[in-house]
Amino acid sequence: MTPENPRLDVDRIIDDRRARIIVCCGSGGVGKTTTAAAIGLRAAERGRQVCVLTVDPARRLAQSMGLTSLDNTPRRVDGVSVEAGGSMHAMMLDMKRTFDEVVEAHADPARAAQILANPFYQALSSSFAGTQEYMAMEKLGQLRTSGEWDLIVVDTPPSRSALDFLDAPERLGRFLDGRLIKLLLTPAKATRPFTKVLNAGFSVVTGTLTKILGAQVLRDAQTFVTAFDTMFGGFRERAEATYRLLQAPGTSFLVVAAPEPDALREASYFVERLDEERMPLAGLVLNRVHRPTATRLSAARSLAAAETLEPMPNGSSAAESSQPPSQLPEPAPADVVAAAALRLHAARMNLGEREQRVAVTFTSAYPAVPILEVPALPEDVHDLAGLRRVGELLADEP
Amino acid sequence: MTARDTDWDGVRLHVVTGKGGTGKTTVAAALALALAHGGRKVLLIEAEGRQGIARLFDRPPLPYEERKIAIGPGSGGGSGGGGDVFALAIDPEGALLDYLQMFYGMRSAGRALTRLGMVDFATTIAPGLSDVLVTGKATEATRRRATPSRTDKYVYDAVVMDAPPTGRIARFLNVSTEVSGLAKVGPIRSHADSVANVIRSPQTAVHFVSTLEEMPVQETLDGIAELNEVKGMQVGGIMINMARPAVLPREELKKEPDIAALASSLARAGLRSADSLAGALAAELDEHARHVELTDRRRAELTAAGQPMYELRLCTGGIDLAALHGLAAQLREQGAA
Repeated sequence: MTPENPRLDVDRIIDDRRARIIVCCGSGGVGKTTTAAAIGLRAAERGRQVCVLTVDPARRLAQSMGLTSLDNTPRRVDGVSVEAGGSMHAMMLDMKRTFDEVVEAHADPARAAQILANPFYQALSSSFAGTQEYMAMEKLGQLRTSGEWDLIVVDTPPSRSALDFLDAPERLGRFLDGRLIKLLLTPAKATRPFTKVLNAGFSVVTGTLTKILGAQVLRDAQTFVTAFDTMFGGFRERAEATYRLLQAPGTSFLVVAAPEPDALREASYFVERLDEERMPLAGLVLNRVHRPTATRLSAARSLAAAETLEPMPNGSSAAESSQPPSQLPEPAPADVVAAAALRLHAARMNLGEREQRVAVTFTSAYPAVPILEVPALPEDVHDLAGLRRVGELLADEP
Repeated sequence: MTARDTDWDGVRLHVVTGKGGTGKTTVAAALALALAHGGRKVLLIEAEGRQGIARLFDRPPLPYEERKIAIGPGSGGGSGGGGDVFALAIDPEGALLDYLQMFYGMRSAGRALTRLGMVDFATTIAPGLSDVLVTGKATEATRRRATPSRTDKYVYDAVVMDAPPTGRIARFLNVSTEVSGLAKVGPIRSHADSVANVIRSPQTAVHFVSTLEEMPVQETLDGIAELNEVKGMQVGGIMINMARPAVLPREELKKEPDIAALASSLARAGLRSADSLAGALAAELDEHARHVELTDRRRAELTAAGQPMYELRLCTGGIDLAALHGLAAQLREQGAA
């Protein structure tokens, strides 16, 4: 489609032993999880020790990898060819359990129990606003540190914005460092003389908060924040370590998109953001591209041909005929099928052209980003054979 | 325009959800247009500040303010005419300030809280609190009357909310339970309860936008099951978006295409190298047949949920205002509005 953009070579990435982490990111509904799983399988069958970390897979896709429950532990995927000496594990993220484990690792048992029981902690650890992204990165860090796998393929959460997973640790950090938290912590800490004036202002605000939220909510929030504050240093260190991991040379980002304006807009933001953060972008996987088979036949000619084969809906024929409509013979059954096939082809050509136009808005802005187009599949992937097929398409094998 | 029954006549708050990528915002906008007929006034609310509505209507980003964004179908057509669609983008910060102003007359205290990171606080560790503020704004607009009198007419005939995706909708709407985990008593709790009373009333329906693909169908069924668990919550229709109608009758599609006959038809239509073309077109037809078979299965799965279903055709040219009106007309024809 775009001769200027280099072709994304997935095999070169997975065959390079220095590649340790591949992050698949992009907006929701573009086939990120399938892409991650297919890359994982292909890498395993080419000799890598792979772990695929998925966040929210389709049920049948999860089943295709033998994942039946959200148990937070990598499970070996059966049916993967081991001829090349590789292996594949896969796991689904349980964000609440991952969060609980982090708390348990950083606080003494009594304090950990206090945090785990706090209603604010429970809301935080089971909500979807940023926690999932944060915990996915946390889990990635854990898997990487364990050293059991030489390639980890991560599927990022279906965020509102594709960038959320980069920002989540930072946001939680900023929040815990924020002024409101300092304020909530103040009553629990020893009051020093020079903070007296400040405290007068604070009490107005806490008074307001009490009015809105009620005293109990405020007390719970204070307890939570106080307990959390003691282990926050550990949190921040971990988040920074994961961030550095994402900038390390062994990491590649694959941006996944569909040829739709919204998905490609997200992809553009992502490409720019990765550049700002000095995170290595491997390229763009453009999924679900509709490629007509008979590209020689344009939409216009295809429609014109369809019209010559069938009577017009209003009764007149497109064929040059002076006969009154009522005397027109019924079209032959073969012509009906041919006309339908021609109309279908015209619609596909139009869709294909629209997708090209949308894709060009991306490629013209980022001519250096390697791109790979993956055709839309008529059916969903629900077994390893299907994933293998997607892997072949990703490697541009016909 | 004649008055007629639609499937959702008693509903004043239409909540539209759907998996990401299914066109939830587009369908919400089309539904708002479809409802804005016969001089009716409709408010279209964006609950998660992505400015998708502004983009759809080709407008600059929407502020936290109700603004007229489009005219409904039939305007200028004599009696009845079209209605008006207003739009509002709600963000938790604006909703917090609104809440404080409305209940405590404290806008400046709200600004202080915002500066201190109150909104960050609420959205980060207690998203239930910001959800209650956002849904609270939507229910307020739904119940707002021209004057405080209980007998006066409502300002908006209908409110359509482009809500969070299916995966989060139950949590988002189930504001009372969500907040009760945090606040057993107190003002925010009673606010949550009053919001929940509107959401769990016959005045509110939750519509699901789905495509005929595996994940969206599964999430739609899961979402409907989840909402059915909540007492008083009314599940609305299933809007199947981006549907691609079959080009031939089903029994015709099941047959193996006769390539020789196809080639001779193509030759009759004046196309050259009809033989090789016939092979390629037969392959496309075969792929289409498999697609139709698969989507029929998915449609049957959705039918099992027992909700009214509406089908919106794929707009191959992309979505612009004309396409939105086309989708609105399809919703009207099928009785959704």
